Amino acid sequence: MSAVTELPESFTPVEATGRRRKPLRSRAYKWFRVCALVLVVLLLLAPLAWMVLASFKTNVDIYDAAKSLIFTPTFENYANVLARNNYFVFIFNSFWVAFASTLLSLLLGVPAAYAMSRFSMQRSALVVLMARIIPGVSLLVPWYYVFSNLRMVGGFSVLILSHMFVALPLIVYIMMSYFDSLPLELEESAQVDGLSPIGAFRLITLPLSVPGIMTAGILSFIFSWNNFMFALVLSGSSTKTLPVAIFDFVSYASIDWGGLMAAATVVTIPIMVIALFTQKYVVSGLTAGATKG
Amino acid sequence: MAAVLTPVRKTAGQSFSDWANAHRKWLFAAPAMIFVGLLIVFPVAWTLYLSLTDASGSVRADSDFIGPDNYLTVLTDTDRFWPAAGRTAYFTVSALAVELVLGMCIALLLWRPFRGEKWVRVAILLPLVATPVAVGMMWRLIFDPNIGFANQMLGWVGIPPQPWLSGVESALPTTIFIDIWQWTPMIVLILLAGLTSLSDEPDEAARIDGASAWQRFRYVTLPLMMPTVIVAVLLRSIDALKTFDILYATKGKGGGSFNEVETLNIYAYGLSFDYNKYGLSSTVLILFFLIIVGIMFFLTRRRKGTN
Repeated sequence: MSAVTELPESFTPVEATGRRRKPLRSRAYKWFRVCALVLVVLLLLAPLAWMVLASFKTNVDIYDAAKSLIFTPTFENYANVLARNNYFVFIFNSFWVAFASTLLSLLLGVPAAYAMSRFSMQRSALVVLMARIIPGVSLLVPWYYVFSNLRMVGGFSVLILSHMFVALPLIVYIMMSYFDSLPLELEESAQVDGLSPIGAFRLITLPLSVPGIMTAGILSFIFSWNNFMFALVLSGSSTKTLPVAIFDFVSYASIDWGGLMAAATVVTIPIMVIALFTQKYVVSGLTAGATKG
Repeated sequence: MAAVLTPVRKTAGQSFSDWANAHRKWLFAAPAMIFVGLLIVFPVAWTLYLSLTDASGSVRADSDFIGPDNYLTVLTDTDRFWPAAGRTAYFTVSALAVELVLGMCIALLLWRPFRGEKWVRVAILLPLVATPVAVGMMWRLIFDPNIGFANQMLGWVGIPPQPWLSGVESALPTTIFIDIWQWTPMIVLILLAGLTSLSDEPDEAARIDGASAWQRFRYVTLPLMMPTVIVAVLLRSIDALKTFDILYATKGKGGGSFNEVETLNIYAYGLSFDYNKYGLSSTVLILFFLIIVGIMFFLTRRRKGTN
């Protein structure tokens, strides 16, 4: 059978994405693909499963190779993490810092991205994006100096400010590519109908960009939740965030592996659940601007 | 034009909103720029100043201006600085290379539709959103020389246990492996977005001309994907150069010394917060910053070049 006569079959499936994608033909390749993908999924998930399994083991069982998979689960580690180590406070801290810094960054970042997209302010955008490029360590010493003089180190405001610094460039980058894709005509016709330019932004563009704002907000929340370095230096004992609190289970002499894995699971699970429910937004945020070239 | 139609008399509110509308460009952009500017410009200027002094000890301590001495010290330091720079390059280049090749393979596997696509996408998303410090701790358990699953597995096939993270030779490659585990999915997502936005026609035309699968990838898909590949390299290299969380989680507190994995980022962090040598660490940071900006400049030039 020649390649040309095969063509019509390849036109069948219409994907939900609106793009036509061809099914594959070779049976051998199909099997190869199934095996390869199973392997990929296994390699990506097995370590996470291992972490969760270890969090249900006693430290004695963790040391026992024979009890890798079959063991009597214990909730002792979680009880220890949540009750004795006050993890509810750290969960609240992480949540509050991520939430506040995301909200404030959206407030600053969305209008900025709009202006930068509409008036193609390339250089100004570059200033904001520089914040992505600079190594965080180089900002920590001056920040520490200034904020400790202002008696802010150890408080929430300094953590929120430093996390905004991570969130803002991310939000500007995502929203710029989102606004670039919104047609200008909608606003122009709203202005012809009597709205002021800012009114058109507020009543037409902003409602239309809700999916973009969701994407930017969710991604900024995830990055803030996971951020470690700024909180390591700038948080106090009562404002510690979860990634910093994990280290409570590590001392120089020994590691409480069960507790440590329970703590690691407690940090990771909430953010994974959020990401799973908002998959579409997370993926579009991570790939924003990637296909424009 | 709206102004012509409105009545002559204006209230204060109206004239403010007229002003706001006329200046909306800067009204919108300025707050974000001022915020980022205050948090960047001052620190960078201060870092630059500190790099010319012998500041050490307390952050508030007096320090003397010593000119370019720190730069001479750092640039001739074959003990710590150059090895750290080498490790940074080694980490970034090898992690990126593996992530790109693996990422391209996985993206190609996912390209055409199949049953269970959704589940594979979920699996790909999970490492990306997992907290890096927790990921570091998780691998620290798996790679533990005595109780780790990695050595248990080697035991099954009769290979003697390896020191992994605690070995002088193996520590850096092991952290690179962790970086690959966590960030290959990012490359997959970016490349997959690029692949699905490609038009089918060039590939179809090559198929009709009798090109093999490899030829179609090499001479049709890959050249069309180059802009996306460069975006992926750009985004990933920015973060790989600055890797901190995973190195700190696996080698910090209770994990031995940083010596084997001391990249520029870790070196500068240690100089600042463990040894309080602010002058010297500022110099390292300024040099590090120049290197990053240089690489970004080069890559964005390449990116424009391929368009």
